[in-house]
Amino acid sequence: MAGALGVEHYLAVSAALFTIGVVGIFVNRKNIIVILMAIELILLSVNINLVAFSVFNGDLAGQVFALMVLTVAAAEAAVGLAILVVYFRNRGEIAVENVSVLRG
Amino acid sequence: MDLLTDFHSAAPEVLLALFGVGGVLFGAIAGDRSSRLVRLASALALVAASVLSFGRMGGSEEAFNGLYLSTPFASLAKSVAYAMAAVSLAMSGASVRGTGLERYEFSLLTIFASLGAGIMLSANDLMALYMGIETLSLSSYVLAAFARDNLRSAEAGLKYFVLGALASGLLLYGASLIYGFAGGTRFDVIAQADPSVGLIFGLVLLLTGLAFKASAAPFHIWTPDVYEGAPTPVVSFFATAPKIAAVALMAGVLFRAFGPHQASWQGVVAILSAMSMLIGAFGALRQTSLKRILAYSSISNVGFALIAVAAGPEAGAPAVLVYMSLYVIATLGLFAGLLGLRRKGQGLDLVTDLNGLLKHKPGIALGLMTLIFSVAGIPPAVGFWGKVQVFEAALRSDLLWLVLVGALASVVSLGYYLRLVWAMMMKPAGEPLDNSDFGTGLVVTATALLSFPALTILIGRVLELAAQASVG
Repeated sequence: MAGALGVEHYLAVSAALFTIGVVGIFVNRKNIIVILMAIELILLSVNINLVAFSVFNGDLAGQVFALMVLTVAAAEAAVGLAILVVYFRNRGEIAVENVSVLRG
Repeated sequence: MDLLTDFHSAAPEVLLALFGVGGVLFGAIAGDRSSRLVRLASALALVAASVLSFGRMGGSEEAFNGLYLSTPFASLAKSVAYAMAAVSLAMSGASVRGTGLERYEFSLLTIFASLGAGIMLSANDLMALYMGIETLSLSSYVLAAFARDNLRSAEAGLKYFVLGALASGLLLYGASLIYGFAGGTRFDVIAQADPSVGLIFGLVLLLTGLAFKASAAPFHIWTPDVYEGAPTPVVSFFATAPKIAAVALMAGVLFRAFGPHQASWQGVVAILSAMSMLIGAFGALRQTSLKRILAYSSISNVGFALIAVAAGPEAGAPAVLVYMSLYVIATLGLFAGLLGLRRKGQGLDLVTDLNGLLKHKPGIALGLMTLIFSVAGIPPAVGFWGKVQVFEAALRSDLLWLVLVGALASVVSLGYYLRLVWAMMMKPAGEPLDNSDFGTGLVVTATALLSFPALTILIGRVLELAAQASVG
């Protein structure tokens, strides 16, 4: 049903997205919004994995799992943006390199 | 199996979920005037959930098509976690008055976080595990940033969120690989799968995520910052209920879903454990803030509990429960002191703020010293027996090197624990402290008594229960 594409092609795309997401969190020094986008990217790579495995293993559980992940991702983005707004109100900026009041 | 039996099996979590949703409705109508009432009711609901879980220690019950499984091990851990959440919520009352934290959402977020901890502990499926972890984490991020006019609290929430979301992502990627290579998400299906590179890779990623939630080194970086920045009532919750839930979950997943693959994860857990103990012990030495010291102490104590996890199901399961229960009880008492003692309306912050405490408040100071001895694992406090259990489990599994690292870390960590005791006993007294309320003295005394071998009969009973619980 997936033609010439095997499960490993999907896994490769997902691994690439996952890596971009993780690297995106660490190399980015400018803006916390970019971190939120990187987190979404990681969650989406997981969904590709889950749906690909679900189709190729002939087991529906993976697609249910993907729906759960989508729901949680939406909640996570909402909570993250809310905390970001609270932080911005107190600090007046959202540059990653200046998030350093707490250290020791 | 119909829905009603399912709900009956999961009664503690169903109770908390219904209470939480009902509380949101009630709070929205009644407003912030109702915050005291909601706090009281929430604490009572948590106590009820704790009693219900304790009553379920007799056997295992499966519900919701195998997504949910309440084993005796999980029931005992849940019972302790809910009780800790209830006490930390009840004692937050006096300290939030007039700080802007007195809102009904505070209690309800604690309820939802405890619900997440409960679901984590009774998860029998990667989906239930993920939903439990996220319920706990999302509530915790908000709680950390709860003092929203305070930059430090907002920064604590932000750091917790970013690192926590990354850890959830790693955990989830690991879960997706495990699902793919094991052919299912249920723990019993995973346990029967043949080991493959993909499965082990997924397991390592899953462990990374769990280690983050339990604040085991090297994934501990958020802990001191969040402890320092978040409001103290919130930290008293973070340090108790989610901590025991995360460590017991780690043990549960490894023992039940990956029991047959123990050879592949034992080394990883042992390294996590050794690093946590050492980083916790050495990291605290140069700290001056009490909350940061408690943060490093929690990292180090999670390391000790992980020794028992590395020891494997037979030897380690009772030791994990005993160690974590004793640790969170003592920690709760320390936080009760930190919350209740104030000087001119300001909470204590630095180690030097403890100076001369024995002279000003001999009762509370003695209680706190007992608790510090228990957390440090010095005899005769019961924390010592927790450590003995853990070391014994490790020796039965031939992990002598880990016991030696643990002994070294214990000695090093004495350095800062004794510094606290020294400040209380020997340093000249500073300004007198404000009168503390009755609740502080009560919690400190009760936890100190529980940490003192005067109640050996009770401890013996707990050990017995834990040994029974681990069989399931």
